[in-house]
Amino acid sequence: MSDRIDSDAGSDGATPGSGRNLPPLRLHVPEPKFRPGDTADFSDFDIPPAGAQARPDEAAQPGEMRDLAYGLVRVLDQDGIAVGPWNPNLPAETLLKMLRAMALTRAFDARMFRAQRQGKTSFYMKSTGEEAVSIGAALALASDDMCFPSYRQQGILIARGWPIIDMMNQIYSNKGDRLKGRQLPIMYSAREAGFFSISGNLTTQYPQAVGWAMASAARGDTRIAATWCGEGSTAEGDFHSACTFASVYRAPVIMNVVNNQWAISSFSGFAGAEATTFAARAIGYGIAGLRVDGNDALAVYAATRWAADRARANAGPTLIEHFTYRVEGHSTSDDPSAYRSADEASHWPLGDPIARLKKHCIGLGIWDEERHAAMDRELAEMVRDAAREAEKNGILGHGLHHPMESMFEDVFEEMPWHLREQQQAMLDEWKAAGL
Amino acid sequence: MEGGGPVSEANEPKAKVASKATEPEVVTDIQQMNMIQAINSALDVMMGRDPDVVVMGEDVGYFGGVFRATAGLQQKYGKNRVFDTPITECGIIGVAVGMGAYGLRPVPEIQFADYIYPALDQLVSEAARLRYRSAGEFISPMTVRSPFGGGIFGGQTHSQSPEGIFTHVSGVKTVIPATPYDAKGLLIAAIEDNDPTIFFEPKRIYNGPFDGHYDTPAKSWAGHDQAQVPTGYYRVPLGEARVARAGQALTVLCYGTMVHVVENTVAEMGVDAEILDLRTLVPLDIEAIERSVRKTGRCLIVHEATRTSGFGAELVAQVQERCFYHLEAPIERVTGFDTPYPHSLEWAYFPGPVRIREAINKILKD
Repeated sequence: MSDRIDSDAGSDGATPGSGRNLPPLRLHVPEPKFRPGDTADFSDFDIPPAGAQARPDEAAQPGEMRDLAYGLVRVLDQDGIAVGPWNPNLPAETLLKMLRAMALTRAFDARMFRAQRQGKTSFYMKSTGEEAVSIGAALALASDDMCFPSYRQQGILIARGWPIIDMMNQIYSNKGDRLKGRQLPIMYSAREAGFFSISGNLTTQYPQAVGWAMASAARGDTRIAATWCGEGSTAEGDFHSACTFASVYRAPVIMNVVNNQWAISSFSGFAGAEATTFAARAIGYGIAGLRVDGNDALAVYAATRWAADRARANAGPTLIEHFTYRVEGHSTSDDPSAYRSADEASHWPLGDPIARLKKHCIGLGIWDEERHAAMDRELAEMVRDAAREAEKNGILGHGLHHPMESMFEDVFEEMPWHLREQQQAMLDEWKAAGL
Repeated sequence: MEGGGPVSEANEPKAKVASKATEPEVVTDIQQMNMIQAINSALDVMMGRDPDVVVMGEDVGYFGGVFRATAGLQQKYGKNRVFDTPITECGIIGVAVGMGAYGLRPVPEIQFADYIYPALDQLVSEAARLRYRSAGEFISPMTVRSPFGGGIFGGQTHSQSPEGIFTHVSGVKTVIPATPYDAKGLLIAAIEDNDPTIFFEPKRIYNGPFDGHYDTPAKSWAGHDQAQVPTGYYRVPLGEARVARAGQALTVLCYGTMVHVVENTVAEMGVDAEILDLRTLVPLDIEAIERSVRKTGRCLIVHEATRTSGFGAELVAQVQERCFYHLEAPIERVTGFDTPYPHSLEWAYFPGPVRIREAINKILKD
């Protein structure tokens, strides 16, 4: 469509009857470049070569590094070679751990997506193409740093070694679900893994992460907090409240914006991407901002490590934009072919994060195609076996859930009379009905 | 705090600073306090007892709050535990949720209840739901203090009574004191409670009880028996109503400022009313209500909040469900009108003695 809303304006541009010789005002409503049926072409993307971005000292003043909010931190080049000052020079063991966690996340996603399609649960959200964003970050943080994730960072739990069967029990809302079947699938909570309870309301976790980090600082602790949201929900007031608090108190927190280009059917332009980058939001708040190739696990790792070291040195918060692409639909309830070009994912100029890291490991001589294929088979079997185990605890809607009276628990620490009364009335009604 | 590091020097209590509310020259067990002093004393007592208690909000730090409720606390407990915040209620409550998840016990102040709406998502979807959605892994033990109610010519953005919004939310408690004694005891109980609590302070009676006659000189709390407040620790349990006046003719259910307006109107009328000061709306003291209404057979509900879907509607339903066969007259409500709080017409809006008298006469007619 034209970016102009036509009015009854006369050919001279003046609104009839206005009596003023001024051009009519125009409303700009953003429109993505490609819609269904279009051939995606990202050749006009400005992608700086890997290794080109300077790496400032972790204690640098935000004002000294504003260009990083507009550039793109990249480590892996076209040939899978790690180059430049951001190369974290990870040992083989860490690289392979990273690769395996990313592959496991993808296998897990595939299995759980299928489970939803088979009617075993109500909902699922894949993170395909975004595995590096959560796993690169999780491995760069200390294991007891606190994560306040959004809904597409299952990779954090997997990178931290959390049992996938526990995640599946949550997805199936079965009697093995520690959250007692109360949350929509994938809204995990794992305190032991430093993984905060996920909310379905967007970006509420941002000020919470800042508050956790402020508490840690006020107590003289050494742990930091990290949080994630999508580019679309940077428009929420919570995002800006969080940035203000983080800036004011120099909170030891890393704020990640996963710019996967799409917020359900709304492209990033509806969050302001036509005007500037999301990392550049940091500049107005006077905090460090980094824009990172989110499909480059080493770049994500390096940026997170830089921000974590900065936070631990009391040098303040960092906002990191991870530039990536949501390969699949928003969720199992979404059909992206209704609003975007089908070949965007295959034309995405920053490639696939697993393929890129695999190429790097093969180039280093620590990995090969055969081992990778064997790993994929092993992980698929592992996930299948875990799903079978989890299904023994029940699948959604087949009765093996927590008892109905548990609905009234945990609203408060102690159940007040009105909830006890409602609980009893419910049980009496069911009993009277012979159920 | 498990895993917590060393407490920094800034956390250590600073040298004691003279504050009339907290450091009287002659230390006694009982002291005359207005409601502000009682609230300040509650915060002081709890900060002294529990290093996890932190106070935050707009202007609460160095300045001590626009109503002085936090005066002297920053000087005494340091900036790591009492601090000013940016003007974003969403941020204040969101940060308090995160601090609660860390293990602290935040007591955020929202400067006026009318400003609480930007924080609604963090309160309703986060603080109130965290225990439930995480099956107890994370809790939000915050107490949100906020002055509410009218009668001070505050106009529509400094006068509202939004308690009914919060009583409708599962997972949050709502507490409203009517006296200095209760303000301190209830605030201590709310801070110690492991669930999020909305603590609405009736600002019209911060400095003295209000009889409803706006055109007579304001009274102070001096000489009021409920203004004799212990200087140390004590609790008034959440969920227990107070019989402000025992009587036989009818039951009046009320809270906050309206307790005093009703007390005075009843005295002027010479009616033997039983006045219940509810003190906690959720959880409600249903036994006290049931006992009283079954005894008197008549019930009036008075609140300053707007009428439709106000907390009075829930009270009517509860009384009807439990006491229907004991009722000798229809239940009446005297409330704020379903309009914004009008500045110049404040005293026409306020459910004052004229309207309460009319309602009581109607209930007692048959």
